Amino acid sequence: MANVLVNAPKTAKRGSVVEIKALILHPMETGFRPGTMGKIIPRNIIERFTATWNGTEIFDMEMSPAIAANPFVSFFAVASETGTVGLRWTGDEGFVVEERVVITVE
Amino acid sequence: MDRRRFLAGTAVLVVLPLGSASATAEAMAEAIKKVVGNSVVTEGRVTLDLPPLIENGNTVPLVVSVQSPMTVADHVKAIHVFNEKNPQPNVFSARLSARNGKATIGTRIKLGDSQKIVAIAETSDGRFWSASADVIVTLAACLEEST
Repeated sequence: MANVLVNAPKTAKRGSVVEIKALILHPMETGFRPGTMGKIIPRNIIERFTATWNGTEIFDMEMSPAIAANPFVSFFAVASETGTVGLRWTGDEGFVVEERVVITVE
Repeated sequence: MDRRRFLAGTAVLVVLPLGSASATAEAMAEAIKKVVGNSVVTEGRVTLDLPPLIENGNTVPLVVSVQSPMTVADHVKAIHVFNEKNPQPNVFSARLSARNGKATIGTRIKLGDSQKIVAIAETSDGRFWSASADVIVTLAACLEEST
């Protein structure tokens, strides 16, 4: 159900630094806002975003309600060897989404 | 009412809305203390890039970058961002390693009010570096559900 948009180069030179950008559809409900009946809307956020390169963790980010809705994250990685970049978002209400991109290193 | 008195009156009206209550400057200091402990935080090496005047606090682009060679011997271990006046002082905490090559993180955040944003970086030698930015928010991140 979740929509993910990942922007990463398909190929990279060995040892170069590549930028990986990821956007995911999510309301990031803060848990501080009253809804229509004056009741607080329960918190529903993505708590953690992690990235792996061929299974090795390369990036880990803990999020808070202060991250805007539809979280966007950009970070860098050294293109060490051809491999799969795995992105994983986990959050409230059992939210888990995984996405993969392959980067070919020449 | 003559023109002079009218102008003086409007000047007062313009000044009044300024000066709002700051509730969580201490909360931010506490949250920073939780991360750095008793270590000294030096200003520098960190660049915090976000627009100084924000029209919409719901999505504010923010880029934190830290000057570092990002080698195994000398790299940035973590980057933390804090705010002063949102309901909670933490924005995000990220862990980095030499595998990143470049200590730069971009994201979009929510801001509930005009306030100070602080970024703190921890380098592999255990030292802490910081940068801060003051921003003016004209439309705060919405506190009520739009219907």
